[in-house]
Formats: sequence, structure tokens, C-alpha cells
Amino acid sequence: MAWAHQDKTAIVGVGATDYYVRGKSWPRTINDMAGEAILKACADAGISIKDVDGFSYYSTAGAGYLDKFDTASLMETLGMPHVSFSATLTSGGGGCVGAIGLATAGLMNEDCKYAVTVMALQQLPQHRLGVVFGAAAPSPENSFLQPSGLVGPGHLMSVLARRHMHLYGTTQDAFGEIVMATRANTHNRPKAVRKAPLTREEYETSPMLADPLRRLDFCLETDGAVAVITTTMDRAKDCRHKPAIVHACAHGGQREWGRAFAWMGMPDPHFASSGHKFTADRIWAQSGLSAKDMDVALLYDHFSPMVLMQLEDYGFCEKGEGNDYVLGGKIRYDAATGRGVNGGVPVNTHGGNLNEAYIIGMTHVVEAVEQVRGTAINQVTDCEFALASGGPASLPVSSLILRNA
Amino acid sequence: MSKTISYGPARLLPGEQIRISTNPDTEPFWQAAKEHRLTACQCARCGHFRMPPTPYCPECSSTEKVWPTLPGTGTVFSYVVCNKNPKNGEDFIYVPVVVDLDGAPGARLNANVTGCDAEDVHIGMKVTVEWTDIQDGWVLPNFRKV
Ligand SMILES: [Zn+2]
Repeated sequence: MAWAHQDKTAIVGVGATDYYVRGKSWPRTINDMAGEAILKACADAGISIKDVDGFSYYSTAGAGYLDKFDTASLMETLGMPHVSFSATLTSGGGGCVGAIGLATAGLMNEDCKYAVTVMALQQLPQHRLGVVFGAAAPSPENSFLQPSGLVGPGHLMSVLARRHMHLYGTTQDAFGEIVMATRANTHNRPKAVRKAPLTREEYETSPMLADPLRRLDFCLETDGAVAVITTTMDRAKDCRHKPAIVHACAHGGQREWGRAFAWMGMPDPHFASSGHKFTADRIWAQSGLSAKDMDVALLYDHFSPMVLMQLEDYGFCEKGEGNDYVLGGKIRYDAATGRGVNGGVPVNTHGGNLNEAYIIGMTHVVEAVEQVRGTAINQVTDCEFALASGGPASLPVSSLILRNA
Repeated sequence: MSKTISYGPARLLPGEQIRISTNPDTEPFWQAAKEHRLTACQCARCGHFRMPPTPYCPECSSTEKVWPTLPGTGTVFSYVVCNKNPKNGEDFIYVPVVVDLDGAPGARLNANVTGCDAEDVHIGMKVTVEWTDIQDGWVLPNFRKV
């Protein structure tokens, strides 16, 4: 059954700071960067910050993993006269695109008129994200994980990738192709952190950090901020750009995935998956669409194998066939035609978290908006539907389809 | 590209750098470990195993738990080869394994494995528990290749 709020709201403004290599944004502060992103998103939408009256966060309103956003503090510095919606999805980056559904909830309930979703990320030398699991004193729950030396997300993700290789014959060549194919999309992007084309040889000599994953299979660690503004369709008509219509959006997931790689109890076939099957099925049911209807896929790529597993969970290929799909060149973007290659759907035309920047998924939302507006740097020809995803991580994960106007 | 890297012996992370904490739901597991007895949390009503121990049985919602003594053997479900000691960044070859526990279907433990070279660890490998003294008088179950 179609989603009750299908095509009722739209993303009308996007804003971002520069993307800094980890630690290089200092002496800027987290609220300085968040404010820049929010004000730029307002300017992009053609509205005043005084019009914004809603906050729809994810990651439990986290700014990165150690700082927290506070609505009152942001109102204070930005001079927002009042706020009538302030809510967050729980857990971490998995909720990133789901925050647009949360904004829709606030808008459709007439709690607010313009909702902002913001993420900012800043790492100081004493706060290294990559070992965030290891830095914490182990909780009783985490005492069943951390003593094994699984201390970073890359370690945890490698365990899932290894199981996928075992079950389906997936190869490290496919992980390399994901990194190379999406790197090919950043050479013309001024703000991208990694722009140089990547050769197979360079990939294969990248240090093995958590066998089977190499350094280049890990996403960037970036400082910066991104904000987007969602509003109702009637208000969207008065904004500066063509609305990026919210066509379907879901967050959540199923028990078999649960805490995922912080748990390691997932039964097959969920263990070697992205945990996205549940929200994927929901957005397909909400929209009546399927993977083949998507013109571009912006898949959360904190680690390259998770792109492959999402391709399977969203149905771009069958379960277990991600390796052949990827190695068939089907995630590539052909700049000459503005289309996919070998019948595939272009993936991460912005370079993704692996190559452009990692602002906990928000860059995927920005790219989805630009694609359906028709203003993307690597524009997909006649882009009608853009898929974006948040996660894979502990639940909730999330899925979003934007549609052109 | 799938050339196997020669890592050499898989080591256990030093116990003196490992801490745990407990709560009333998890403490029986760790008390058993002090006696070198491998257990897992089992529902006293329906027999379902769950790890880590949690307040309710996810199958029947009972809070009654039993802690049977398991054979101490298991099978590697998945693993990753790591090469730096997470506490100090020094070169250190260790292999975190996710182990399916014999006698406790559905229950897994995350641990290190030793008794073989890291490159020889594989999914399906049989292992047996090996006890590692850690901080504060607690004991951690690790595994050794059978
Ligand atoms: Zn039970």
C-alpha cells in the first residue's frame, strides 16, 4: 500500500561546510560548522533562519560520536524565534536518511513548517573516531565484544565481510572495484578529499588493516557539517529550487540484525548482510517501485563490502551475487552518457564516504537532492528517482527515495 | 589479489590489558568463567539460549535463567585477522573469532583464537576454550585450535 505521506514533503535546501581531513577543522567549533551548514541550507531554500521551526536529528542528536546537538543552543546562536518540533532517531548513522521521514512526521502533524536535519563532525586528536568502541570503558554488554580486540568499526565490518566471502565466494577484487568505481566520480569535485584516480595496483598495495579489509576499504575520517531543510509540498513551491520530493522513507529493522556487529549473534543470511532488507522492503512497498526503477543509488559506504551487501538487500542483484554484479562494472557511472554501465544503476556518483567525505551519511542526502534537481556534478540523465541509505549499523537503519518534481 | 598473507602465530591479547564489567544479568557467566566453566545464558522455561545474557528470554519473556556447563568446544563462525595491539598500536597478530558454542545453539562468543598461524584460521574450524586471566581477578574465555 502506498505511503500515506508519499510526495507530501520535499527537501528544499542543502548546505555544507568545506570538508576537512580529520582534525583539520580546528579552531572552528562544532556549532560554528553546524551553523554554517544550516544557514547555507536556508539560503539555498530561499528562506530565513527565522522561518525554521523544527529539528529532525538522527544519531540520538549526536554531532559525530562524542559531541551532542542541543536545540536550545542552536536557537540561541542562530536567533530562531521559536521551535515546535525537536526530535531524533536513536542509535547512530543508520538513521541518517530516516531523519527525513522524521521531519515528514513533524510536518504532516503540523508541528512545524520547516524542519532542519543537521550533522556535524569534528575529531580532536584525543577523540579518534576509528577506535571509539575501544576508547569506552566496556559496559557489561560490551564486555562480550571488546575484550576480543574488536575495537573499531573496521574490525567489526571485516567479520561480516569474511562470512560473505565464505558463503558466496565474494572476492576482495569486488571490494577494490567498489573503491575504484566510486573514486572515479571525484576527480571533478572541488570539495572531495580523495580526487586522484585509483589504480588496481594502488588498491592492492594499500595496507591490510583488518584482513580482509585494506585501508582504502575504510571510509574517510572527515570534519565538517551538512544540513538539509524539509518542508511541505505547498511551501516547497515557493522555494528557490525544484523540490526534491520525499517519495518513500523508512527506518527500523528486524531482530535478526538488531545490534548487528556490536552483537555478532545474527543468524545466516542476516549475518553477511547490510541489515537493510527490512527497510528496503518497506520503501518498495510504500512506493510500488523496485531497485531497477532507481536512476541512481547513494549507498552508505563506511566500508566497501557494505555497498556490495546493500546492492543485494535492495535487490539490485540477488543475494550472493553482489560480487559478480560489482565486477561486471554495474555500479559505475558513465560520464559520456550520464547513465549506468552494463545495465547497472550508478552508485555513489558523489564519491561517497570512501572518497568525497564522511559526514555520517549526509553527503548522500545532498547528492540525492542534486540528482533529482538535475544539478549534480555527475548528473544522471533524466534522473527521476534517487535512492539513499543510512547505515548499515545497529538499528535503526534507514532508506529514502527522492523523486524529481 | 587473494594471495594469502603470512602472518605467523595467532596470539591472545595480553590479559593484563583487558577489563570487563558485569551486571546482575551477566555476572553468573563471569563467575563460572572464574571456575574455568564455560556456560551460556539459557531460559529456564523454554530452553532458548541467548548471549550476551539479557533480562528477558526473547522467545517466551521469562526472566528465569539457568547456566548449564557447556563442553567448552565450538566452531569458528567468522573471524578477522588484526595486526596491531589496540591498546598501544604495536605490531601484534591476533584473530578475533565469532564462535558458535557446542551445546548452546544460537549462542556465540567473541574471543581470540590461538594454537595456529593466523592465516590458517578458517570458518568451520573446531576450537576449544582456553582461559585467560584478566584485570580485577576475572577470567576471559578464549579459544585454541583443536
Ligand atoms: Zn524462554
